[in-house]
Amino acid sequence: MSTLTIDKSGPRRKVKYGSMSRDRVWALRWSYFFLTLFAIFSLLPPIYMLITSLKSSAEISAATNPWWVYHPTLSNYIELLTSNQFLRFFWNSAIISVVVVAITMLISVPAAFALARMKFWGSATLATGVFLTYLIPDSLLFIPLFKMFALVGDWTGIQLINRWYVLLFIYPTLTVPFATWIMIGYFASIPKELDEAAIIDGASWFQTLTRVFIPVALPGLIAATIFAFTVSWAQFLYPLVFTTSTDQLVMPVGIITTLIKGDVFNWGQIMTGALLGAAPPLIIYAFLMDYYIAGLTAGATKG
Amino acid sequence: MVDVAFQQNRVQGVRRAGKRITLRNALKRKSTAAFLMTLPLILLIAILVIYPAFYAIHLATLNKAMTKFVGFGNFQFLFKRDTFWMVVEQSCIFAITAVIFKALIGFIVAHFAHNIPSRKQRKWRGMLLVPWVIPPAMSTLAWLWLFDPSYSAFNYTLGAFGIGPISWLGEAGWARFSVILVNVWFGAPFFMIMYLAALKSVPDQLYEAAAIDGANWWQRIWYVTLPMMRNIIAITTLFSLIVTFANFDITRILTAGGPLDRTHLFATWAFKIGIEGSDIPLGASVSLFMAPILAVAAFFILRDVSKRGNEA
Amino acid sequence: MAEVNLRKVVKRYDDVEAVRGIDLDIADHEFIVLVGPSGCGKSTTLRMIAGLEDITDGDISIGGDVVNDVPPKDRDIAMVFQNYALYPHMTVAENMSFGLRLKHYPKAEIKSRVTEAARLLDITDLIDRKPKQLSGGQRQRVAMGRAIVRNPKVFLFDEPLSNLDAKLRVQMRIEIKKVHQKVRTTTVYVTHDQVEAMTLADRVVVMNKGRIEQIGAPNELYHNPATRFVAGFIGSPAMNFLPCRLEEAGDKLNVRLTDRLAFPVPPLRAARYKNIPRNEPLVMGIRPEHITEARPHAEPGVEPFDAVLDVTEPMGMETLVYFTLEGAQLCGRVNPNAAARVGAAMRLAVDLNNVHLLNETSGVVLGRP
Repeated sequence: MSTLTIDKSGPRRKVKYGSMSRDRVWALRWSYFFLTLFAIFSLLPPIYMLITSLKSSAEISAATNPWWVYHPTLSNYIELLTSNQFLRFFWNSAIISVVVVAITMLISVPAAFALARMKFWGSATLATGVFLTYLIPDSLLFIPLFKMFALVGDWTGIQLINRWYVLLFIYPTLTVPFATWIMIGYFASIPKELDEAAIIDGASWFQTLTRVFIPVALPGLIAATIFAFTVSWAQFLYPLVFTTSTDQLVMPVGIITTLIKGDVFNWGQIMTGALLGAAPPLIIYAFLMDYYIAGLTAGATKG
Repeated sequence: MVDVAFQQNRVQGVRRAGKRITLRNALKRKSTAAFLMTLPLILLIAILVIYPAFYAIHLATLNKAMTKFVGFGNFQFLFKRDTFWMVVEQSCIFAITAVIFKALIGFIVAHFAHNIPSRKQRKWRGMLLVPWVIPPAMSTLAWLWLFDPSYSAFNYTLGAFGIGPISWLGEAGWARFSVILVNVWFGAPFFMIMYLAALKSVPDQLYEAAAIDGANWWQRIWYVTLPMMRNIIAITTLFSLIVTFANFDITRILTAGGPLDRTHLFATWAFKIGIEGSDIPLGASVSLFMAPILAVAAFFILRDVSKRGNEA
Repeated sequence: MAEVNLRKVVKRYDDVEAVRGIDLDIADHEFIVLVGPSGCGKSTTLRMIAGLEDITDGDISIGGDVVNDVPPKDRDIAMVFQNYALYPHMTVAENMSFGLRLKHYPKAEIKSRVTEAARLLDITDLIDRKPKQLSGGQRQRVAMGRAIVRNPKVFLFDEPLSNLDAKLRVQMRIEIKKVHQKVRTTTVYVTHDQVEAMTLADRVVVMNKGRIEQIGAPNELYHNPATRFVAGFIGSPAMNFLPCRLEEAGDKLNVRLTDRLAFPVPPLRAARYKNIPRNEPLVMGIRPEHITEARPHAEPGVEPFDAVLDVTEPMGMETLVYFTLEGAQLCGRVNPNAAARVGAAMRLAVDLNNVHLLNETSGVVLGRP
């Protein structure tokens, strides 16, 4: 008996120590279990997109197990990627997004620099105004904006409604305030001594911006760029309102209005289109996730 | 000695004359430069945000043909319509329910993600944020297909357990549920990321101190985590409230407001009336109803954000 | 290289006067240290010389030219910041040459200057690294290098060593002094650390509440402070202050501390205090090193007394003893071999040859030579 207790005293102490870590192990297992559950929930629609996109119309209408592809085919991809119409959507989306990114950065970077560093009359109010603008949703302004641009057409004869490039004017209202806001935050986090050092080194305001601030705040710049691109690419309401002819449509609207023909849903192609439409932001995200997340969290802070 | 003093005086005199001009010029130059740098931003906001906002108010006071001023006529008309009150109710239910679930799920997932070793967090975070990255119009198509009346993959799966088939989008109650579900799916990752960032910013010593003080797991969350995250929770929730309240894409694609207008939100209904129905003034009136609620949320966000700025 | 002159320089922020009319003449090649507690206006003064702050009133001239409205880049100055302010995206060489590149110096000239400065500061091996890869001391060197390559008229240092640990600070202090001895550029150096000020400066400027308290060589400030502020600020442990009054005792002069305790003032000192009113409340200032253990042989002006020790701090080379006299806590420095025990009475001696008498209200040191 006594030997038994003595024998056990060593292991028991270990067990006691181990019980603490066993709690942790279980906490960890539960964490992984629930994370897996949530990950399945998160990835279900995109995975289902992929599954469906590999099916032929025949297989879809045969109503076999929807979660499995019995006869994988790339025909949906081939059909879409050789369709001029679809490529047109892609091209429209791409050019709009790229130009909007350029416009956004050209407007927001100098403005953010001025607001973060060159205190002037009304600069604090303007910074607050930028933030408030960023909170205004698209669904509040689409009707007056539509009417405004229609009137511009009536008055000047320059037709902007149903032209893809009208979106170059509209999208910056969504991207510029946010980009400016996070750039203010990034610029404000640069120590004051750095621009003082630049001033003493003989840099002008412009040189301080281009040769010190922009390189130092590059992560913020990348985050803002990603954001502007993603927002432009994903925008749905404005193109739905402003463009109707098939050659003027962008990806999301194009897929929804052309692939859904009346009540006939060609789901294989719709899912392929949706996946291709989701691809650019997903690819950017896959490579620049850290910048993406930094930008996301920076939006709710003041720098 | 006298000479030196004299020279000193002279130098001072010269300088003083120069000082006023150059200093003022320098100030002017700096603020002019700053103004020019912000001018495009100011113009953009003024012309394409502030002006349309006021223009919306103007539009809302016109008749359908936009030829006559009708004052509050459009609003009076809306107040008399049952659909309008239904939209009000639905928007509120939709936004509040969706935001609560997004916040809860985001909080829970953030906790689980925070639990696991940090070098593995990146991978999980990457997966869990995917819904937020896919353009909502695209992912909603996938949901639409998952909810398909005849080929629904959900019904197929549930059918194996003898449940259903459920008319996900065809019946008012289920349609509302589906719309909220998709919105939660889309928005929860945002909360998760924000909370995860906030969780990381809580110093470990606080938890250690709480553990030494004898706080259990729940008490640590209640007395340490939540108070430390209060501000970020408030900002994120209010922010999401705005976005959700003004949501268009998901509802439009999933149900287009149906069945029988039972899932219309302000945005989708305004679109239906203003763009599809070509009654721009009435559509503008509908979307204007979002403004006061958004303004209240924006006010509180601004307060919390500047508080956060002061803390930092 | 040039002299720097400040004439009645004032800096006002809204309604706060940060600098209240400073006059200061800095000679060519001179190493001047502005020292004082935080908020005394020393950094503001430096930043006004740099041109980073506008001058509210008065004149600043560098090399004889008034520079009040000259932008920093045209003042021909270089500045070293507390947090180094190195450009994080540039290498050491790029950091050092940034100013020269902005001024479009020829490439060969830039290279030779950077190489020369790097050699002087012993950072030749680090030239291609980014600031992130450098230690605090190395960053400090680079920041100095950036100043040196410009070959400016004036170096400005804004608390450059505050972010370094104590050991490195001593090392860099010597480094800065060496560099100054080599390049001989007029230097204005701001610090709150009186040791730095004493060790580096040709002349120290002690500032307090936006005014200059005293300007002088380190030893002069130490041994002959003008005010209670300077007396208390310079030296560590700080000078002891305790209330006292002067009284005539026959043909002698006594400084009376308590009813029971009074010390005769040595003749040399007594002559200085001729005109000070007797029996008025004064403050006596005495440095810790002038309160020692009593020695067997009487020395002129050194007077023994007894004190009960509250705390002792053995420092190795000496032991600090703290005791209370008339409600004032005093500190003395005794030989570590002397029997200094807490709670026990100890025979101490005060060296009245080094006593200072101060006006009780104004804090002015009386009877300075």
